[in-house]
Amino acid sequence: MNHSKARGLRAIAAMFDLARQAGRPAFLPFFPMGYPSPEASLDAIRTLAAAGADGFEIGVPFSDPLADGPTIQAATQIALEKGMTVPKVLASIKTLRAEGLTQPILLFSYVNPLLAYGIDELIAAANAAGVDGLIIPDLPPEEADLFAGACDEHGMALVFFLAPTSSDERVRLVVNQARGFIYVLSLTGVTGARRDLPPDLSDFLGRVRVQAGSTPLVLGFGISQPEHVRSIAPHVDGFIVGSALVKAAAAGTDSLHELALRLRHATYEES
Amino acid sequence: MTTPDPTIRVASTDVPDERGYFGPFGGRFVPETLVPALDELEAAYRAAMADPTFQAELAHLQHSYTGRPTPVSYAKRLSEHLGGAQIYLKREDLAHTGAHKINNALGQALLAKRMGKQRVIAETGAGQHGVASATAAALLGLDCHVYMGSVDMARQRPNVFRMKLLGAEVIPVESGSKTLKDAINESIRDWVTNVRDTFYLLGSALGPHPYPMMVRDFQSVIGIEARQQILDQAGRLPDLCIACVGGGSNAIGLFHAFRADEGVALLGVEAGGRGIDSGEHAARFADPTISRPGVLQGTRSYVMQNEDGQILNTHSISAGLDYASVGPEHAYLRQTERAGYTIATDDDALAAFRLLSELEGIIPALETAHAVAEVIKQAPKLPKEAMILVNLSGRGDKDLDTVIEALGFD
Ligand SMILES: Cc1ncc(COP(=O)(O)O)c(C=O)c1O
Repeated sequence: MNHSKARGLRAIAAMFDLARQAGRPAFLPFFPMGYPSPEASLDAIRTLAAAGADGFEIGVPFSDPLADGPTIQAATQIALEKGMTVPKVLASIKTLRAEGLTQPILLFSYVNPLLAYGIDELIAAANAAGVDGLIIPDLPPEEADLFAGACDEHGMALVFFLAPTSSDERVRLVVNQARGFIYVLSLTGVTGARRDLPPDLSDFLGRVRVQAGSTPLVLGFGISQPEHVRSIAPHVDGFIVGSALVKAAAAGTDSLHELALRLRHATYEES
Repeated sequence: MTTPDPTIRVASTDVPDERGYFGPFGGRFVPETLVPALDELEAAYRAAMADPTFQAELAHLQHSYTGRPTPVSYAKRLSEHLGGAQIYLKREDLAHTGAHKINNALGQALLAKRMGKQRVIAETGAGQHGVASATAAALLGLDCHVYMGSVDMARQRPNVFRMKLLGAEVIPVESGSKTLKDAINESIRDWVTNVRDTFYLLGSALGPHPYPMMVRDFQSVIGIEARQQILDQAGRLPDLCIACVGGGSNAIGLFHAFRADEGVALLGVEAGGRGIDSGEHAARFADPTISRPGVLQGTRSYVMQNEDGQILNTHSISAGLDYASVGPEHAYLRQTERAGYTIATDDDALAAFRLLSELEGIIPALETAHAVAEVIKQAPKLPKEAMILVNLSGRGDKDLDTVIEALGFD
């Protein structure tokens, strides 16, 4: 219960501290709320928590997810068909918090559903529901003013991305604007499980680390297997897995649990 | 034709600002991966526009390949039939490939070449931008891949064949409503993946900065020519300029040169589909119940959406106007009341399609027919001394299947 007050940026910092003390990166699964149904997505999140997730990236469905590959496109389409909306996502998170889920939760949403809700209203409501931060894939730091003020007011994270195409100048910009952590894209492309991660990934991560210092770096896009986790663990503070888990969930709770456990346990192993 | 007055270009370049904003509209809402690519594009574009060699090469191709300047035709029989204002047609249907889209496609393809990007991708709705892109790519020796919704592929079949003949790969898009919006999503996904060696040749005054500005500038040749031509032919400027508005490229291309001319009213025509009350339309400005400012595909503008910010499916008989958002500069022109916007329904457009064919011997594109439909409404209300200039954005050959079915021709 002593965790219940430390929300937002403080909860996220505490999550990274714990993982760091254990000498491993934090495991942040992505899951789209409403897929394959509102109830089943809550179950999936409970399953991921039981498998040792350190925090969550909860997907808000959007009709035009231009940064997503086929797996998450299809899942969010189903979530929309099942009636998932921003208010329902927040209500679901409230339910999870009431059940005692304490891990940090970040909303992953495109700009437009948040704008439609009203930015200040959304951030206040999300904060009240137990959300700790926002990840907005179509919001580069140059466009973030509208969100940044309200996030700061509520002590919430606002996560920006870095891509292999980002110049050193942009790395500096994102490091300076970082609130919570930096979402580092492992590749140029959309979300989706990949067999291999790019060979020059550690060079890119090194380039980012030089400027990021102790700002946590969380790697995402493409990660699907324990081997991926082992290879990146020395370079990052956390990692995000989305499409691979969504696919596993389609095969049932057991396969979701099993994959999540394997990804989580890979964080302990030496490479 | 006399040389256009170059000061016109300069007169109205106060927007966008350096961040790509037209008042509160525009901007650059894209994944981080694309921001460096957009920076690179903007820098290359500004350098090209300041480079007399690039300008000369573009002007040469516009003249020797596209066939510019396109004429302004006085529509004598249509004017007499309507019994009011005198009607002039800016004949973009006579540009090579049959629509204004070639103006932008050639400009961007030249830029791609200059930037050393061999692989070009494009989206298309009506197929006119796809054909224009495939044409420019063939001319300049670039590899061209065009994303097109499968619904649009079915209703604009001739253009699918044209693109293939021109050596482009046409990639069907099966997601969402399978129309223009979904083709843009797929193009952005391709670009985000292949960003290092790919040029995204966007077809309308849409998307993230610098596209709305760049497309406007490449299309502004329409208005720059027309303004001078009508001065030469009629001795004065028109009272009213009319153009259809899908993403808004032909309209902004016509309007841009007239912006500082206070006596010239500017009127854009959106797709009213089956009527505003039906909810089945693409009238982003006309239906506040389902259209509000929002962010779609990289830019802030009016967006047709539900309460939860989900983008709505649109309907228009013309594939080129069937889109849930509209170029940010039009939102700005409307907000500042420099331009007005109205609608024409599917039925209005079909009637105009027939009338222009019968009275002037010009079969317009269905998109263009929306602009002509507004001329039919406006001209009778105006005195005989009044002058209307309408952008005849494209020819209608691509639409014969649709029209034959809708009108029950045999
Ligand atoms: C002939 C013609 N006119 C108009 C349009 C609409 O586009 P925009 O609003 O960008 O001019 C299209 C689009 O395909 C077209 O082919």
